[in-house]
Amino acid sequence: MTDDSYLRLAGIHKSFGKFEALKDIALEVRRGELMVFLGPSGCGKTTLLRIIAGLETQDTGTIHQDGRDISRLPPIQRDYGIVFQSYALFPNLTIRANVAYGLVNRRQARGAIAKRVAELLNLIGLPDAGPKYPGQLSGGQQQRIALARALASAPGLLLLDEPLSALDALERVRLRGEIRALQQRLGVTTVMVTHDQEEALSMADRIVVMCTGHIEQVGTPRQVYEAPATPFVADFVGKINVLPAVAEGGGQFRVGEVSLAVARPDIVAGTFVNLYLRPEEIALNAAGGVNGNTLGARIAKVEFLGAFCMVGLTLDAKGAPALVANVPRHDVDSGRMAAGQAVRVSLPPDALRVLG
Amino acid sequence: MTRQRVHWQDRLAQVLLLGCCALLALFLLGPMATILIKSVQDKSGAFVGLMQFRDYFATPALKSSIWNTFWVAIVVTGITIPLAFAYAYALTRSCMRGKITFRVIALTPILAPSLLAAISFIQWFGNQGALKWLLHGASIYGPLGIIVSAIYATFPHALMIVLTSLLLTDGRLYEAAESLRTPTWRKFFTITLPGAKFGLVSATMVVFSYTVSDFGIPKVIGGNFNVLAVDIYKQVIGQQNFNKGAVVGLVLLFPVLVAFIVDWIMQGRQQAQFSARAVPYAPKPAPWFDRTMFLFCLVVALLLLAVLGMAVYTSFIKFWPYDKSMSLRHYQFGLIDAGVFDSYLNSLKMALLVALGGTMFIFGCAYLLEKTRGVPLLKAAVRLLAAVPMGVPGMVLGLGYILFFNDPDNPLNGLYGTLGILVFSTVVHYYTSSHLTAVTALKALDNEFEAVSASLKVPFYKTFFRVTVPVCLPAILDIGRYLFVNAMVTISAVIFLYTPQTRLASIAILRLDEFGEIGPAAAMATLIVATSTAICLVYAVLTRFIVTRTQAWRTPVVL
Ligand SMILES: Nc1ncnc2c1ncn2[C@@H]1O[C@H](COP(=O)(O)OP(=O)(O)OP(=O)(O)O)[C@@H](O)[C@H]1O
Ligand SMILES: [Mg+2]
Repeated sequence: MTDDSYLRLAGIHKSFGKFEALKDIALEVRRGELMVFLGPSGCGKTTLLRIIAGLETQDTGTIHQDGRDISRLPPIQRDYGIVFQSYALFPNLTIRANVAYGLVNRRQARGAIAKRVAELLNLIGLPDAGPKYPGQLSGGQQQRIALARALASAPGLLLLDEPLSALDALERVRLRGEIRALQQRLGVTTVMVTHDQEEALSMADRIVVMCTGHIEQVGTPRQVYEAPATPFVADFVGKINVLPAVAEGGGQFRVGEVSLAVARPDIVAGTFVNLYLRPEEIALNAAGGVNGNTLGARIAKVEFLGAFCMVGLTLDAKGAPALVANVPRHDVDSGRMAAGQAVRVSLPPDALRVLG
Repeated sequence: MTRQRVHWQDRLAQVLLLGCCALLALFLLGPMATILIKSVQDKSGAFVGLMQFRDYFATPALKSSIWNTFWVAIVVTGITIPLAFAYAYALTRSCMRGKITFRVIALTPILAPSLLAAISFIQWFGNQGALKWLLHGASIYGPLGIIVSAIYATFPHALMIVLTSLLLTDGRLYEAAESLRTPTWRKFFTITLPGAKFGLVSATMVVFSYTVSDFGIPKVIGGNFNVLAVDIYKQVIGQQNFNKGAVVGLVLLFPVLVAFIVDWIMQGRQQAQFSARAVPYAPKPAPWFDRTMFLFCLVVALLLLAVLGMAVYTSFIKFWPYDKSMSLRHYQFGLIDAGVFDSYLNSLKMALLVALGGTMFIFGCAYLLEKTRGVPLLKAAVRLLAAVPMGVPGMVLGLGYILFFNDPDNPLNGLYGTLGILVFSTVVHYYTSSHLTAVTALKALDNEFEAVSASLKVPFYKTFFRVTVPVCLPAILDIGRYLFVNAMVTISAVIFLYTPQTRLASIAILRLDEFGEIGPAAAMATLIVATSTAICLVYAVLTRFIVTRTQAWRTPVVL
């Protein structure tokens, strides 16, 4: 256990009947960090979050929060604020009453409560929403109120279950910036669940990538993206090319008819592996230094995506898989790249990765 | 296995739910179990196995009432369901005028005790009936009277169920069909009927059960035509043979329970059918069709009004059929001076108690069931207990109560003969529908309210009073109205349980009719209808008020 660890899960198992939803989860969340649980639908993210909240009970395993064993505490005795995808604002209470809901119960003076509510509404950028009802606000505004309500009593831990997934794309991007800024300003330890990798990469201090009830990798967004620990992570976070290969020894790998250099001389000849390569690491018609793995290819199609274009490639060598490259728009324009055209493709040896 | 420590608040909720379960068991299972026991005992209390059943089935008169009960119920169902379907179809699929009026008129029979229909048909077609000649010598006293009265009484129940299922059909299905140029008759058979299927099954079971278990109608207009419900009454009240009564009760319970279980299974299958995004169907004008539907509804509505109107009319004229001048003498002499008016006050008192106490209990219990943590087995038990009353005929429930609470060994014996026992039996009798209303309203709330309150350290009961109750207020009022109206008209469950001090209005009608006092009987029935109408109006106004005033949040202001 590191010194700055705030939340510590160990050996968490959870089954629903015969179905194992979580298998042996161990995890540490540091004080003040924003940790994101990322994974495909049904992988157990929500279940894990609800176990932290005490809304579900783990079959085995322990949870410590701020040094206190909370494994067996009911939700009401734990210390967290929570925001759900559905906002769960009380529809018959005004925004002010919603935000003050938990404060009133703590027997604080009226004036103090009013001051705190005003402060929170300011914090989320809705200072005039107080007398309105939730039904009178937009989805994004409601979600901000839900956040203010969760933060009202200054909990040690903030839990967010897909807080943005009910919002439209624009509002989602705006709010994720706001939540992140707010979280950093307050320094509140936060766990957020999402299945949106972009959201995870842009907001998290660290990401927990989950798959069918277990943790695949824990790391910063860069680590998870640039050095995925497993094929699943590589495939789930961002796009990636997969090239089935056989090691030839000495850092050479055979893919179909061609041999590629990869910075892995340790792998014994004859081993079957998959090579992984991010689309943006493929260079087309690269000027200057030939770095070993330059191959002939033909463009299969060009798909316009805005700043970038996705270029589908067929390698000239027999037995090599089709590849996808991300190319900046102006490179596509200046190179007059179009379907059917022949190009030279560079696959940098240090970007090609062997996983698993 | 890690188990969460149980917080005292969760424990409190669990104890309350356990209390609900115990009360339901006491006031539902206790009586029902006693019937089972009594049916295999003789009068002295000795175990006789199935002997009494054998005796029963060997008695030709009793056996014939099984047959009578069934064929009458089947005829009633066979007529009411198509009628209600056509009426509901007109209300939902045509553009005819006066839909709201037609709907209100069609629901009026619910406000009246079933006895009212019987009295009215006697006035129309009885020995001195206004339209007796129409029958060409046939008698209204007997199956004919039972059938027409039961159709009148069951029509609104069937209509409401079928109407709901027709309203739920997704309008987009029709749009899709229209874009494919599907002919009208095919839309009817491929969209309308399948969509209404479950509603029709449900309505069929309800009408059948209602007719089989109704006691008031055959008692008043059945003449010498024996049916099971009247048999129970005769065994228990006439011959004081409770054990035989229990046997007949079980014979009656059986088909109703089967109908109920069939319906239950069908409803379970229905769940997946409706998506939350269903769009209501908006009919387009079709002059011919609309006019035909209008005429049909007009005829039905006039017939319904003729039944209610005759009873009201009878109550206000001096002496049918000789002196038809208007007077209040049936109210003044027949009810107030004769001391019968007290039973109206009793009914009022009981209905208020049932509405208040029943609503609080039923909603509270449904809340504990749906929104609190833990105790899954207890919850399953309460769910089952809440579903059972729908499958128990009122006569059988009442009989169970008399057997269970009249037993001197029962510590609750003191309840017997009080207004309390009438209140309890009525709440239990009408439990299931009210429970379902409450559960539906609760399920519509966000599931995470309780989780959020817990995270804010607010006790669940605070959130219950501050959020759950206010948000569910329309449903709560609806339950209260339903219980009140039914408590005003109920007769079968309470016929065994009243004493002279706690006699109810509906029972008074029965007694007045027995003495040939048809004018005062009609007056009492009219009073009940007037009272229930008043409550429904109060409900409508209150609901409107709540929606517009205290629940400003229901009408979102567009920003
Ligand atoms: N109460 C429950 N009973 C039975 N199975 C459950 C229950 N709750 C969750 N599960 C199952 O456990 C698995 C994990 O569920 P969970 O809700 O944690 O997934 P998730 O990762 O949050 O997915 P999503 O992105 O769809 O929200 C799912 O397969 C789900 O069906
Ligand atoms: Mg989830």
